[in-house]
Amino acid sequence: MRRGARLYVVDPRRTSTAQWADVWLGVHVGSDIALANAMGREIIHAGLANASFIAHATSGFEAYRASVEPYTLEVGEALTGVPAEVIREAAHTYARADRAMICWTLGITEHHDAVDNVLALINLSLLTGHVGRWGSGVNPLRGQNNVQGGGDMGALPNRLPGFQDIHDDDARARFDRRWNTTVPREYGRNLTQMLHAMETGELSSLFVIGENPAQSDADATHVDALLRGLDHLVVQEIFLTRTAELAHVVLPATASWCEAEGTVTNSERRVQRVRAAVAPPADARDELWILSELARRLGHDWGHPSAEEVWNELRALAPNFAGMSYARLEALGGIQWPCPDESHPGTPFLHARLWEEPRGGPAAPFSVVQFEGPVETPDAEYPFLLTTGRRLDSYNTGVQSAGYRSPLRRGETLDISPEDAARLGLVEGDLVHVASRRGRLQAPVHVDRALRPGLVFMTLHFPDDVPTNVLTIDASDPKSGTAEFKACAVRVEPAAREVAGDVAGDVPDRTLVPGD
Amino acid sequence: MDIKLRGVEPTDDERAAVDALLGAPSSSWELATVARARDASDLHVAHGGHAQRARRHLLLPALHAVQDRVGWISEGALDYICARLDVPPADAWGVATFYALFATAPRPKRVLHVCDDIACKCRGADALAAACEAQLGAPWHPPEGESVAHDPDALVWMRSPCLGLCDQAPAVLASEAGDPPRERLIGHATLASIVGECAWQEDDGASRLAIPQRGEPGLALLARVGVVDPESLDAYRASGGYEGLRRALELGADGVLRELAESGLVGRGGAAFPTARKWEAVARAAARPHYLVCNADESEPGTFKDRVLLEGDPFALVEAMTIAAVATGCEQGYVYVRGEYPLAQRRLERAIAQATAHGLLGDDVMGRGVRVHIEVRKGAGAYICGEETALFNSLEGLRGEPRSKPPFPVQAGLFGKPTVVNNVETLCNVPLILARGGAAFAQVGTPQSTGTKLYCVSGCVQHPGVYEAPFGITLRELLARAGGPLPGRTVRAVLVGGAAGSFVRGDELDVPLSIEGTRAAGTTVGSGVVMVVDDTVPLEPILARIAAFFRDESCGQCVPCRVGTVRQEEALHRLARDASPDARSRELAILADVGVAMRDASICGLGQTAYAAVESAIARLRLFETEPR
Repeated sequence: MRRGARLYVVDPRRTSTAQWADVWLGVHVGSDIALANAMGREIIHAGLANASFIAHATSGFEAYRASVEPYTLEVGEALTGVPAEVIREAAHTYARADRAMICWTLGITEHHDAVDNVLALINLSLLTGHVGRWGSGVNPLRGQNNVQGGGDMGALPNRLPGFQDIHDDDARARFDRRWNTTVPREYGRNLTQMLHAMETGELSSLFVIGENPAQSDADATHVDALLRGLDHLVVQEIFLTRTAELAHVVLPATASWCEAEGTVTNSERRVQRVRAAVAPPADARDELWILSELARRLGHDWGHPSAEEVWNELRALAPNFAGMSYARLEALGGIQWPCPDESHPGTPFLHARLWEEPRGGPAAPFSVVQFEGPVETPDAEYPFLLTTGRRLDSYNTGVQSAGYRSPLRRGETLDISPEDAARLGLVEGDLVHVASRRGRLQAPVHVDRALRPGLVFMTLHFPDDVPTNVLTIDASDPKSGTAEFKACAVRVEPAAREVAGDVAGDVPDRTLVPGD
Repeated sequence: MDIKLRGVEPTDDERAAVDALLGAPSSSWELATVARARDASDLHVAHGGHAQRARRHLLLPALHAVQDRVGWISEGALDYICARLDVPPADAWGVATFYALFATAPRPKRVLHVCDDIACKCRGADALAAACEAQLGAPWHPPEGESVAHDPDALVWMRSPCLGLCDQAPAVLASEAGDPPRERLIGHATLASIVGECAWQEDDGASRLAIPQRGEPGLALLARVGVVDPESLDAYRASGGYEGLRRALELGADGVLRELAESGLVGRGGAAFPTARKWEAVARAAARPHYLVCNADESEPGTFKDRVLLEGDPFALVEAMTIAAVATGCEQGYVYVRGEYPLAQRRLERAIAQATAHGLLGDDVMGRGVRVHIEVRKGAGAYICGEETALFNSLEGLRGEPRSKPPFPVQAGLFGKPTVVNNVETLCNVPLILARGGAAFAQVGTPQSTGTKLYCVSGCVQHPGVYEAPFGITLRELLARAGGPLPGRTVRAVLVGGAAGSFVRGDELDVPLSIEGTRAAGTTVGSGVVMVVDDTVPLEPILARIAAFFRDESCGQCVPCRVGTVRQEEALHRLARDASPDARSRELAILADVGVAMRDASICGLGQTAYAAVESAIARLRLFETEPR
């Protein structure tokens, strides 16, 4: 940006990122598809679609064109709240740009139609040809240093390491041979499905590694009950999280970013070496050691392979990583996958095949997606829309960030527009009751003009003080399993004014009682 | 930018002052608080980013707007400016507090800035300050604590560094905030002339333009000063004005550069760099756009020649800058005028407006399809902004801290683009060179220092003032023209080149005032300061004043200067208290040590020359070898 790149930010709130933007498009929560489709229609009607790229590299354009036809700029404005002229300008700017990129985070994916949201954005990149070239593309920004690495290693219910589909018989056969076993052909359960399985009793034992579902998942009261109802809960952690407190067995692990050897993969698919910099606390064990010991005691002696040995096994099984020896990772300071052999420099961007003559591989499909809006919308009883997110200095449920002080950290608040605050007679710091159909909590308000009337915002950073997820809805996307953290209807009522001065002492409520 | 504002409202006056400069805000996002109802478009759209941040250079004018209207810059005003320009308040606070003319605490609207710098000190400034103290109380200083009773209509006074009115010492700048504000430089100031209503009368500068050489034949730079109406374009043209630009447009850029090279013109700001080489470098630079900057931030103590040119012949500078723009491919020029020169600023703005109205500036200069725009920007009381890269930062809305060189301005100057930056006097030579030819220009002066030079003669002489003389004139001849020392006194020392220059003794007056002549004599022409100290003036307080000046004006960016200027002043104060041989040798060693560190390790010329005058007083005047009086 300092070198002149223009930034358009689409967000219901005028966030600090939006304040850097050349244009902020303050959409209604959950109206991303309406915006993308209206932009797509405008690009087509203005003659700015990349016809040659569409013909060369894509499929399904005609169906897409027909599907976006109803999304005129006026319809776009009605559905998103963003003035038609601004949608038009954004569409033209994106389509005309020499290079343009769409980046997103959880604002796109924490919806019940998460996959459709992503597909709508992919449609825009296919429509304009902003994909498969340097400086272009669609880019989900990762929220943690190694989210990508988790996926790389196959920590997904439907993938083997290196994003190889479990339904891919050749791939599975390779793993079968190497592991001397039979990998089941069925997809596993995602987190949402696991919770449902716990509800039905199909799933009665759970092994949790480095996750705090007791506080991070939507409708936390319900999740808490499910975890308590398990026959056996094992948690492998570096902190005694609320989930770990519920566990039958806690396995204290080393911190993977400073006490263990291995690799991480960052948001641009760059695999980098991680080295143990400090000795772990006495009882903490290396995670590889824990897993190998577990295997041995379950009757499979894997020995105790080093991180590099595990990595080299992966390289032998997953072509994406085949060329990434530890020596090369070290010499090059990291390599972006795919990297199929040891002479390969790595791949700075994906999908270049779409531009090849003739095209490499299958055509990239347009998808037909329609605007639906959030599952729950405000009504007379619950007149506010609550959207949740993150704040700069905190991390998810605070397991990793609450242990140190930050001058920016204010504790949890209900962020509310100045107009609504004035209407409810609230000033900064006043306590309010916030209630949804699922739960109820107390929080101090933060009056923030980043919000507009009718929209309130909270985070899940301080679940011990303000268990935000007792409010959120357990709706989720059937395709990805992601929960709709971004939208639920709530009611906001001023709490008794006299307690407002004693926020710190009053709010912590360590028991999660449904209803209050 | 994700700036954190404090939710303080500006007053109506403050808002009006800022809006008059920036226009009305386009949405509620440009307000510091939710002061007005937000409409649907506010709630769903905000424009900003590059377009808004590109207006950062308006920060200094915006701060001026508030200061000029209200008399000080409140938190609410600062917040409002920050919201309008997308500047973090801490950043803007750093800028506002950088400049001496801005008050960031409640201050009355009417302030007298009483010069107590060297030349004025020689001519009664201390007595005037004492009289002010008796009549108006102690000098104003920012109130301490939160809620201080504040009478906006009181008259207060402050001490000031050199106001550039040394020939009419003692000098005072009277400023009154309001709409419009009133500002006036007052020469030969007395208590009566500064506390009464007369201090606020319209200033025509007439007395200041009655220069000693007024109307003399053979003057070049000063030919029109005090003779030709400085507010009339017709009068300027009738006296030969715009012949230079006409010839420049005929010659084209290359022709202008040839004439300039032939003239041998070197910069008059002190560094004596060949102007043609500077211009050629910018003309050839591939990066675009090119910028033109005139350094009119004349604040070297004892210097006032540029003020005389700006007040007395402003069209000459406008014409010169237009020629420079044509020669170097600049479409936008800035004149950065010292904040203490209100009349100079007004006259220049008037001249630019008239020139624009008559097609001598603007989108189509003289019908030749050349585009040149010039804008006046006002400094706010910071000596360091006379350093060219500090001046760029100041123009860009940053603290006026010098940049490391390289890159040099011709490579990456204002807004990071190739920039021509010249002093007022240097530029005013250009129309003369074009009109008369470079070769003719080079006939005057010495072979290595061509043309004439303006000398600012002040202090203990009969007729202080700006004098134009060919390079090479000796100090003795120059002082003779100024009538010599005051009756019955003898010249003890002459400070040549200003606070950053050096002293010469009364028996060294045969030094020729040329670049090479002064260099051979171990001194410098500098900005042309010739300040005479006679045997009635004690030198130690003058050295202390110079040291205090540098300590105060150091921007604080680099350690050698920030710390060194303080240590130097402390050592001089200790010397004043204890002149025993032991103390002398100890303090002189410290001064020399600190002086070398400042000269060798400072980023810019301020620190590099902060020891020069003190060093020359020690080495040439042998100041601390005899018992101090």
